[in-house]
Amino acid sequence: MKAAVITFPGSNCDRDLAVAFEAVGAEVVHVWHKDTDLPKVDVVGIPGGFSFGDYLRCGAIAARSPIAPALAAHVERGGYALGICNGFQILTETGLLPGALMRNTGLKYICKQVKLRVETSDSVFTSGYGKGSVVTVPIAHHDGNYTADAETLAALRDQDRIAFTYAENPNGAMEDIAGILSANRRVLGMMPHPERAMDPVLGSGDGRVMFEGLLGRMALA
Amino acid sequence: MKARVHVMLKDGVLDPQGEAVRHALGTLGFAGVDSVRQGKVIELDLAATDKAAAETEVRQMCEKLLANTVIEKYSVEIV
Repeated sequence: MKAAVITFPGSNCDRDLAVAFEAVGAEVVHVWHKDTDLPKVDVVGIPGGFSFGDYLRCGAIAARSPIAPALAAHVERGGYALGICNGFQILTETGLLPGALMRNTGLKYICKQVKLRVETSDSVFTSGYGKGSVVTVPIAHHDGNYTADAETLAALRDQDRIAFTYAENPNGAMEDIAGILSANRRVLGMMPHPERAMDPVLGSGDGRVMFEGLLGRMALA
Repeated sequence: MKARVHVMLKDGVLDPQGEAVRHALGTLGFAGVDSVRQGKVIELDLAATDKAAAETEVRQMCEKLLANTVIEKYSVEIV
């Protein structure tokens, strides 16, 4: 499997994400936000952090950076993409995933381990978990309050595109949503950080299953 | 020519920051504030000289970047 990780000014989880891909045997190419082409890869990782200092809105400037059209083209071709935290915010700002991430209702930055319920096993990202299982993955965000109109929420529910929900809602997210899938189920955006849950020594190893699932699928392709 | 853009959360979208401001106003003794909505004002200095064309262009800027129309609405004022 070949993965690309995009770095924006202010990204701070790009290295962790690359290390997570490499931990399951992927080859990682680092891409700078000013690049206009993506190398031929199976999956593109959009990392967490504070791209462009969260100016204007979280992810807003990154979503209009020179690399953005190449990311959209990759997704339109049926390529896989994984956006974590700020990466999820960037995916909603580009319109590749629906909805928006607003300020946490408690107005506080929250950094802690949370329990997530796996809502669907129908994706390469979640097939290793099994529907209904509960996993521990850390969150670290100020703007993770998933918001969408009633129509979008109904579509996400009806099409089984809610990937993860919080067991205890930390940020006010509608329907406890922690992560969602695109219509073709190949793009996952999530606020929690699976790349920080790669080893039980560091609090949780539950994120590893997601990266192994991705690798398993790519190995078959 | 200058343009002023007001960006506000759409009606019905919960505004946790506005709610915190409303609460703080109550703490300061300002009773009777039923609701507070917080938004942004963006001022642009434009080279354009035609008012209608400038407004059209600023609206495109709002659609493409300045507002997130999933949760926000905007208004444009040419001043």
